[in-house]
Amino acid sequence: MKFPESWLREWVNPSMSTEELAHQLTMLGHEVDAVDAEGAGLDGVVVADVLEVARHPDADRLSVCRIDAGDGNEPIDVVCGAPNVVAGMKAALAVPGVKLPNGVKLRKTKIRGVVSNGMLCSAVELGLGEESDGILELPTDAPVGEPLAKFLQLPDAIIDVNLTPNRGDCFSVLGMAREVAALTGAALKPAGLASPKETSVESVAVALPEPDGCPVFAGQVVSGIDPQARSPLWMVERLRRSGLRAIHPVVDITNYVMLELGQPLHAYDKALLRGTVRPVRAAGGETLDLLDGKSIEATAGTMLVTDDSGPIGLAGIMGGESTAVSPTTTDVFFEAAWWPPEVMAGKARSYGMHTDASLRFERGVDPTGQGRAVARATELLLAIAGGTAGPLNVVQDEGYVPKRGAVELRAARLARLLGVEIDAERVDRILADLGLDATRTADGWSVVPPAYRFDIAIEVDLIEEVARIHGYDSVPEATGTAALPLAAPSSARVGDTAVADLLIARDYQEVITYSFVDPGDDAAVSGATSKLALSNPISTEMAVMRSSLWVGMLQAASGNLSRQQDRVRLFEVGKTFHGTLSAPTEIVRVAGLVAGPAWPEQWGAPSRSADFFDIKSDVVALLESAGAHVRVDVAEGAHPALQPGQSAVVRRDGQDVGFIGKLHPQIARRFDIKPSVYLFEIDLDRALATRTPAAESVSRYPAIRRDIAVLVREEVTAGDLVAALEAAAPGLIRAVRIFDVYQGKGIEAGLKSVAIGLILQETSRTLTDEDADAAQAAAVQKLHEEFAAVLRD
Amino acid sequence: MATGQTVPSLEQLLAGAVSEVDAAGDLAALDAVRVRYLGKKGELTTRLKGLSALPAEERPAAGQAINQAKQALQDSLNRRREVLDRAALEARLAGDAVDVTLPGRGPGIGGRHPVSRAMRRIERIFRDAGFGVRSGPEIEDDFHNFTALNIPDDHPARAEHDTFYFPGGKLLRTHTSPVQIRSIVNEGVPIRIIAPGRVYRCDSDQTHTPMFHQVEGLVIDENVSFAHLKAVLHEFVEAFFERKAELRFRPSYFPFTEPSAEVDIRWGEGRWLEILGCGMVHPNVLRHAGVDPEKYTGYAFGIGIERLAMLRYQVNDLRTFFENDLRFLRQFR
Repeated sequence: MKFPESWLREWVNPSMSTEELAHQLTMLGHEVDAVDAEGAGLDGVVVADVLEVARHPDADRLSVCRIDAGDGNEPIDVVCGAPNVVAGMKAALAVPGVKLPNGVKLRKTKIRGVVSNGMLCSAVELGLGEESDGILELPTDAPVGEPLAKFLQLPDAIIDVNLTPNRGDCFSVLGMAREVAALTGAALKPAGLASPKETSVESVAVALPEPDGCPVFAGQVVSGIDPQARSPLWMVERLRRSGLRAIHPVVDITNYVMLELGQPLHAYDKALLRGTVRPVRAAGGETLDLLDGKSIEATAGTMLVTDDSGPIGLAGIMGGESTAVSPTTTDVFFEAAWWPPEVMAGKARSYGMHTDASLRFERGVDPTGQGRAVARATELLLAIAGGTAGPLNVVQDEGYVPKRGAVELRAARLARLLGVEIDAERVDRILADLGLDATRTADGWSVVPPAYRFDIAIEVDLIEEVARIHGYDSVPEATGTAALPLAAPSSARVGDTAVADLLIARDYQEVITYSFVDPGDDAAVSGATSKLALSNPISTEMAVMRSSLWVGMLQAASGNLSRQQDRVRLFEVGKTFHGTLSAPTEIVRVAGLVAGPAWPEQWGAPSRSADFFDIKSDVVALLESAGAHVRVDVAEGAHPALQPGQSAVVRRDGQDVGFIGKLHPQIARRFDIKPSVYLFEIDLDRALATRTPAAESVSRYPAIRRDIAVLVREEVTAGDLVAALEAAAPGLIRAVRIFDVYQGKGIEAGLKSVAIGLILQETSRTLTDEDADAAQAAAVQKLHEEFAAVLRD
Repeated sequence: MATGQTVPSLEQLLAGAVSEVDAAGDLAALDAVRVRYLGKKGELTTRLKGLSALPAEERPAAGQAINQAKQALQDSLNRRREVLDRAALEARLAGDAVDVTLPGRGPGIGGRHPVSRAMRRIERIFRDAGFGVRSGPEIEDDFHNFTALNIPDDHPARAEHDTFYFPGGKLLRTHTSPVQIRSIVNEGVPIRIIAPGRVYRCDSDQTHTPMFHQVEGLVIDENVSFAHLKAVLHEFVEAFFERKAELRFRPSYFPFTEPSAEVDIRWGEGRWLEILGCGMVHPNVLRHAGVDPEKYTGYAFGIGIERLAMLRYQVNDLRTFFENDLRFLRQFR
């Protein structure tokens, strides 16, 4: 909410600077977003009288004006190009030497041969508006010669406050003034405004058939206003400084009263009303043309204001077009109703609307302020546009007007929750300053909040109020938090931090990509359409929850490759989302992506592109970090995003936990990636469950190594060979190391030569050569039986 | 020994030998000197053998003198050998020298994302203070994200959350606060936890990304007060920034805490920057989680991780965190 400081100070005027005032508002919980100085730099600009206006002899669009600057000197000539300059008006005059807020420094000039001794200024030139179609017109009773700044109560500060949703009562100058008065003790101007004299009997009948939806409806007729009347400059200025534009005196008055008192009003052209005004719930399907030109179809339950002709307003949100005030209106009916917050909650939004009125009603308007607001509007209208006022008619159903019950505040609870003792006298004072009706009880206070405080219903609401006015700064810091037993560090799996550290050490850069991705990309990468699509995505490219981390990583890789990064190595730890909307599941995964050279460019090592086996070693290292006895297998396995033949499933102790492989060229094209890309993705919970180590004794006897080379068919995998060898002499063959695989010259096509090292060791004795020979023979025999392998010469 | 020449004294002999030792330029020359004097037929050896020609009473003294000379020469030889050995080693090593300014070989080192780096730092600070670390689902239900946190249907605070919804009512959590409820229900009270993680808001501009990170904090026990909350957050902020920090607790409003505060840190000259929101857990939240608010009190806080990361690492555009440009990320190793 924006309001000018000058308006606030009319209601409460503590002796503090603008800056201090803004600080105090912030520390009260009404965060000041901005304080904009208005009307600085108007020194030398005065109210001037336009005595005569004559056409410029050499320019059709210019006038030569005789101006009385009110300085006691002879009138001066000023050339003016504004279309709205007329004799007899009051205007803002800047004379040579003055520097205007827009930076223009005035000099005495000749314009088309006529000397101009100054300038009549527009609102824009004076820094008092963003648009203007002519010079600023001042009221005809403006005192000639008075500095403009003084006349307009300038300079002023526009204070922009970020109100919290619980404080609907602060949505007005009055509301802010109450807060400032409570904090500073400065006197608050009495809000009880004098009701204008009722000189006519004109009225509009109002009935409240559904008092739970509208228990209070205040109305008053003002007849015979001058349709030509214009809003006075002071009101236009206050509206402008509060962020509203002046439109029509009647509309301006409703806005003005809303800003001042917090009660939204509506004005009808009385001549267009038919019969009795009744706020009722929509049955559903009623149509209504609104003031902003839009039409709505009411949904059942929405409160509508109706007359005998049908709906004439969307209650608490916007009035209808059919009864709107227009430039020809002479009889006005002001409405100030009270729409309960629970009735208004979410209504405006359900129609795609959001108005100053709906915002206030949703957050809670003082249910006792309707008559006062209408009286204020009538008072203003009579002053501005004349006419006569009918009786002020406040129709209400007391039974549905909320009553604030007493709330108990215990002194002990106050001290316990805040961690500080506050003197009872101080609490008395704070409660009284806030306008809360408090009486002492045996263990504290019994407090009845005023009708406008929707936020005070339970004890802690009062504790917050006391703390707020006492000042959060006045609460000391106290160390010592809950004394809890020590918990064992979680050992369920290798932690995300350890995973990240390992991959960082292996030259991967962490990325964080969005959890929502393009549905087409997700389907292409995962091979299935996600069932987890957002109803209101930020864009179609961010519309479904990712089922693989690869989508975001491929985008990141593509972007970096296009930015001349030829070596891209990324990882991400994050969730993927699966299942259906009724039963979604979330899996924490780590994924890696490698493109480009295996090592950074360097001397003494030939450049080599990273390949499957580079990334495989990273994955195996990751899994093996979970424990020494974790059994990791990487076997052939197809994945829609991976290239057949370079695609593998990762198994931990026989369970599938992820994939490794080379990016399928079709997917690479989709992401506009040219170089070969290798990827892995594994489920952390399943892949990295930790094992508490259990030590075995180390053999004191030496190991023997035997190397063999066998010829096998090329489709026999290394994994098959190793598994067979490990089973050939269990307890004796401790490790199997493949140290060369060869195909080509000297080897028959379709075969390959595999060189294998067997590490043999007994725990209870030294192996003899005979033992080793036997084990080697058993190994060769096993390979021969299973794979028809033959020993190579 | 040629006749006519004077037989050199033992002293002369030793002096000559030592000067030959010192002159020896390599190990071979040195060995030749050794052989000449101490070998089987060496001059000192010969003199020792010649003792038998002396009268018996002169022998001990003469023998002692020769042996002393032998020992002196041997010491001299040893010293010289050490010098020559060292020189030879140095010569060999000089040939092995490498250009140590050439870069090392092998893979490089990766790096951590700045947001995750800040998150890890926050976690470590609270872990050290005895907080447990918890997590919760990112696809949440309305109850945990709103209702249980005292934000019923149509509450004005809901409109401020810019929630991403799924058909049927599930949503992406808009804050980490639902973990409060889940943790209290799972573990009971007293409790002292933080819950870091991703959160989502349907908002994207210069200062908002539709996904960001928060850390939720929650402490509930029998006598936890606002004064405790102030102390914990002050200590946290000073630990995080590694310096004294001036904080300002400003009244604010969150439906799930009361009293509520936003906390600003003084940053530079007279500037206050908002860094987190906090408050005393609202009695309705405790009741929703099955805790008696008369017996237990607690505090909760929510910290925006990106904001802290921006301040600590001097990042001035939030959006760069999720662009994953390696030229940006590589700065946060």
